[in-house]
Amino acid sequence: MIHSLFLINHSGDIFLEKHWKSVISRSVCDYFFEAKEKAVEPENVPPVLQTPHHYLISIYRGKLFFLSVIQTEVPPLFVIEFLHRVADTIQDYFGECSEGVIKDNVVTVYELLEEMLDNGFPLATESNVLKEMIRPPTILRSVVNTLTGGSNVGDTLPTGQLSNVPWRRAGVKYTNNEAYFDVIEEIDAILDKSGTTVFAEIQGVIEACVRLTGMPDLTLSFMNPRLLDDVSFHPCVRFKRWEAERVLSFIPPDGNFTLMNYHVSSQNLVAIPVYVKQSISFFETGPCGRLDITIGPKQTMGKTVENMMVTIHMPKAVLSANLTATQGNYTYDIATKVLVWDIGKLNPQKLPNLRGSLSIQAGTPKPEENPSLNIDLKIQQVAISGLKVSRLDMYGEKYKPFKGVKYLTKAGKFQVRT
Amino acid sequence: MTDSKYFTTTKKGEIFELKAELNSDKKEKKKEAVKKVIASMTVGKDVSALFPDVVNCMQTDNLELKKLVYLYLMNYAKSQPDMAIMAVNTFVKDCEDPNPLIRALAVRTMGCIRVDKITEYLCEPLRKCLKDEDPYVRKTAAVCVAKLHDINAQLVEDQGFLDTLKDLISDSNPMVVANAVAALSEIAESHPNSNLLDLNPQTINKLLTALNECTEWGQIFILDCLANYTPRDDRESQSICERVTPRLSHANSAVVLSAVKVLMKFMEMLPKDLDYYGTLLKKLAPPLVTLLSAEPELQYVALRNINLIVQRRPEILKHEMKVFFVKYNDPIYVKLEKLDIMIRLASQANIAQVLAELKEYATEVDVDFVRKAVRAIGRCAIKVEQSAERCVSTLLDLIQTKVNYVVQEAIVVIKDIFRKYPNKYESVIATLCENLDSLDEPEARAAMIWIVGEYAERIDNADELLESFLEGFHDESTQVQLQLLTAIVKLFLKKPTETQELVQQVLSLATQDSDNPDLRDRGYIYWRLLSTDPVAAKEVVLAEKPLISEETDLIEPTLLEELICHIGTLASVYHKPPSAFVEGSRGVQHKRLPGSAGSGDSVDSPDTASAAGVSEAPPAVIPSQGDLLGDLLNLDLTPPTATGPPPAPSSGLQMGAMDLLGGGLDSLLGGDLGGSPALGAGFGAPPAAMPASFNAPVSGGLDDLFDLGGGVGMPMGSYSPPKTVWLPAMKAKGLEISGTFARRAGVIQMEMTLTNKAMSVMTDFAIQFNRNSFGLAPAGPLQILTPLSPNQSIEAALPLSTVGPVMKMEPLTNLQVAVKNNIDVFYFSCQYPISMLFVEDGKMERQVFLATWKDIPNDNESQFQIKDCHLNSDAASNKLQGSNVFTIAKRTVEGQDMLYQSMKLTNGIWVLAELRVQTGNPNYTVSLKCRAPEVSQCVFQSYEAMLKN
Repeated sequence: MIHSLFLINHSGDIFLEKHWKSVISRSVCDYFFEAKEKAVEPENVPPVLQTPHHYLISIYRGKLFFLSVIQTEVPPLFVIEFLHRVADTIQDYFGECSEGVIKDNVVTVYELLEEMLDNGFPLATESNVLKEMIRPPTILRSVVNTLTGGSNVGDTLPTGQLSNVPWRRAGVKYTNNEAYFDVIEEIDAILDKSGTTVFAEIQGVIEACVRLTGMPDLTLSFMNPRLLDDVSFHPCVRFKRWEAERVLSFIPPDGNFTLMNYHVSSQNLVAIPVYVKQSISFFETGPCGRLDITIGPKQTMGKTVENMMVTIHMPKAVLSANLTATQGNYTYDIATKVLVWDIGKLNPQKLPNLRGSLSIQAGTPKPEENPSLNIDLKIQQVAISGLKVSRLDMYGEKYKPFKGVKYLTKAGKFQVRT
Repeated sequence: MTDSKYFTTTKKGEIFELKAELNSDKKEKKKEAVKKVIASMTVGKDVSALFPDVVNCMQTDNLELKKLVYLYLMNYAKSQPDMAIMAVNTFVKDCEDPNPLIRALAVRTMGCIRVDKITEYLCEPLRKCLKDEDPYVRKTAAVCVAKLHDINAQLVEDQGFLDTLKDLISDSNPMVVANAVAALSEIAESHPNSNLLDLNPQTINKLLTALNECTEWGQIFILDCLANYTPRDDRESQSICERVTPRLSHANSAVVLSAVKVLMKFMEMLPKDLDYYGTLLKKLAPPLVTLLSAEPELQYVALRNINLIVQRRPEILKHEMKVFFVKYNDPIYVKLEKLDIMIRLASQANIAQVLAELKEYATEVDVDFVRKAVRAIGRCAIKVEQSAERCVSTLLDLIQTKVNYVVQEAIVVIKDIFRKYPNKYESVIATLCENLDSLDEPEARAAMIWIVGEYAERIDNADELLESFLEGFHDESTQVQLQLLTAIVKLFLKKPTETQELVQQVLSLATQDSDNPDLRDRGYIYWRLLSTDPVAAKEVVLAEKPLISEETDLIEPTLLEELICHIGTLASVYHKPPSAFVEGSRGVQHKRLPGSAGSGDSVDSPDTASAAGVSEAPPAVIPSQGDLLGDLLNLDLTPPTATGPPPAPSSGLQMGAMDLLGGGLDSLLGGDLGGSPALGAGFGAPPAAMPASFNAPVSGGLDDLFDLGGGVGMPMGSYSPPKTVWLPAMKAKGLEISGTFARRAGVIQMEMTLTNKAMSVMTDFAIQFNRNSFGLAPAGPLQILTPLSPNQSIEAALPLSTVGPVMKMEPLTNLQVAVKNNIDVFYFSCQYPISMLFVEDGKMERQVFLATWKDIPNDNESQFQIKDCHLNSDAASNKLQGSNVFTIAKRTVEGQDMLYQSMKLTNGIWVLAELRVQTGNPNYTVSLKCRAPEVSQCVFQSYEAMLKN
């Protein structure tokens, strides 16, 4: 199982280590540093490394490496999932997952790690269980604790630990009972030069924020559940009812959680909301090239496309860009060779256009690679797959909760090839 | 206020201050101090000096303080075992605490303290906790057993904890069940043969029930445990599958993959015609696809596993090609894996799409990825025959880009395409040759050389091209050197007239100037092949090469089966069996997929036909030595795996290697090493190609031969005739030369006595030879340093080389010599015995001898009688051996000894002889066979001379 954990920052300093079995010298990380050196970009460090006596499994989150040391055969996915859970928990507790925050809360983080694993076996990873045992720091609490000598470690057994609904604690009380669901869809797509869809799919997620008193039992049903043939659920969802009736029936965890992920892959269901007309060319002679990009709405379901942004990783030889945007601003970072065009709202009447010349380092050959365009966008109030929640019912409690559903479509990994 | 304040230090010394604070009366101050200590500890500072002070804080009712002290204890108890004992009492007391949280915490912490004295005290509390009324305590205690086992396995067994743990599998609480399973699995890993997890239908049922109710991590433990079970029949298998399927929709990817493992394994037992089987296949695709939308690290592990799944059951994901299309911001390790799977899924139906993508990738920025994309195009060509033409034209387009590494990769894969579709795309060779100069990577250079050698007859200037490579021979990598050697030998065999010099050059480079044993050995083998029997050489070197096939990069089926049983584990990431690399697992059992239920359904549905094909005709993996031998057959270019850990060599390679062995090399190997039968056996059965009639006597004779070799060694020097007068004094103004020839230590010497019969002193001697049949020439000047006075004689030995100009003489062994001194130049001619030219390595191998003997036409055979020779056959053999006439075998037929002998002349001509010796008959019969029959007469004369001296 998981033997040790090292937290390593961007520049390669180990700033926290935790061992769940015997202590392993931090020199084991040298193998990792070697791989990191080789990979150049931190994103490209292979997640599973083999050393003579150990395995190193790492993730890269928030400019930090979470590096675990493994000595026996352990499912690597198990470890990776767990490491992400650690990062999630830190994020959940302190609002962000960064070196500074962890250093500021080092003892709490250490206590959390101790609570999350025992002998390398996961012990408590549910956020609400952890929060019952180790209370997240708030300014108010630390003031109170200082005054009263109280502690931020709970001394009763978390109720969720053993019940059949480990994700929910007992005795939850709210004055305002509310349940909000956000249906968020991301479009992953690759469009080729001519604008034809090479590949498109939707990654959907239903994020919930449920603050309900007692032990509510919720049922969420959809207008068109047939869309969903590839789903993964939070453990609270009763799978049998989904199989039989295509409704989500569950006792919700308290607070924020991801109710379900889904995946729509059949291409006729994936609407591509914008089209992109582009040409980026470099001349055979002379140190320059031309760029001309126009973006227009395509299938937007009658909604406005917002937060439009185009990012282009230019070939290394491109020194600068001299462009004019009819709408929005553009920046070109010479160091990273990234051109960003921030458009904002897409106006169907007056299509935004960016054009001008690119100058190339003199003497270098014409760049061979074709830069891809990365598109960012948002469409409010619509799930692009057409998924719609029809109703939410609550059983088990008497009060009437406040309910709400929001829809949002975003571009995920949306790229246009040139 | 943040924890960073704990790191501030003062001048007085941190430890000193902390000590004071720890002993403070105020609770709050104590807690803060412990926090500071912990903070120092987490960043690796040594605060062990504070041990007694921290332990003193342990007895508290403040849970947070207690936990902090426990954290400290776990870290430092090992280094301070005597002090740690102080804590034992508190632990034992805490194990009785009414609060289950404290009981659990105590037993959990005790288990983490790896000190023997403490573990002794742990047993009793642990026993109680395992039977605690509170499930939270029980589940903590279950894990504690695993901890204790890690520290002291014997203790755990003696105390009977394992049985208690087994009982916990039937616990009413699913969390306890899951932890018990996890603990048992971990313990079982160090006891591979113990029957700890004795799975039977009842326990399976309990596990399946717990599966629905426990945490995600518990589900992983239970699923992994289920995967070790072998259901009794297809019905049980189906019912387990049905109950596991819902796990495919879990948000935790590790749960999903463990569920996939169980299903992949148990599916094997389901009859293929069952409806449920089809349903299950359909259900497997979506979760696998979903894994690819997770974080990149998860994607990577998922992709490595999908790679296995696709090989075992390609039908699951055959319609999902597009999800493996590469996004440009994927991390490189994900890109490379996706590419690999794209190739595996490529089929006639989707090849157009795949090729378009690959072409797109070939213009990306990342060099590694571009290379792999180019290789992938080649693999497509090999895999999908209909696409080969398009692939080749795509590759040609890419070559036109002139991007250096793209061109090189393209050439490497085109070589593979040639291997797969011979005589189809050779028209592109011209384009390839244009790029010869830009190749700087060994693999590309080797590939290009291979192409030139293989198609030498179609490339007009093949010799020039290869010659240009030869210039920097020593700077090339071994791969290129080997390939160059082979290519030139091929060229020579195809165009022998123009390339003789080239081949000699490369052979001498390889054999004489190289330190690389592989290169040298290959050089020698070619050399011998060429010199013994060019026909055989042609057959070996230009043999039709087995076609390579797409299976070359598939994982070998038994390994694949084992890996399928290990889906989701490290083994599946590395594509190696766990036994190969997991250090902790001592002697892992090899897992096998269960057999299919029923015997009638061995025929797969058409969908699975390709998978079935693989398992029925497994591409055997070559044993390592085969690999090496495959090398000899110029197949050393890596098979077109391009990616992936262990590149499984193609079955074709193996065949090639075997052929080569069968063709007589095994005797070469066996013979050289002095008849170690084990070695011979290692290389397989004797070649079936030999006619039995030849085979029998010779193998009988082989033993004799070894006896001979053992007894004799090299007793006598080579035969040398007595000196005769070559130049009488009267013909040479008083200089008389008599002389003879001898072969000493491998050097031919002309031994002369020069006598001055004139009245004046002779000086300034020099010697020169006319061109002669075997290229004899003085290897140095004639060493006569002192002037030769009248009536004085001097002995001179002149070493001879055989690299001089050649002209056929009549008689063959005639040598015309010119000797000069201060008086004049004199000419004479003499004859040397041909036995001078028999070289030391003239011992032919048994099988080669047989083949050669057969191969030389009977017209070339001549028979001679040697009269009045009174040696027995052994003595004759000895005597002849002294002059480098080697007896290969001996057999006795009806009182007649037959000696089979070989000798080799300095110019590489082989002479084969059969010497018949009949006891009591002084007349020998010699039959000589040689491709150059002119030498037979001379050889016969030598025989007579050698035997009678």
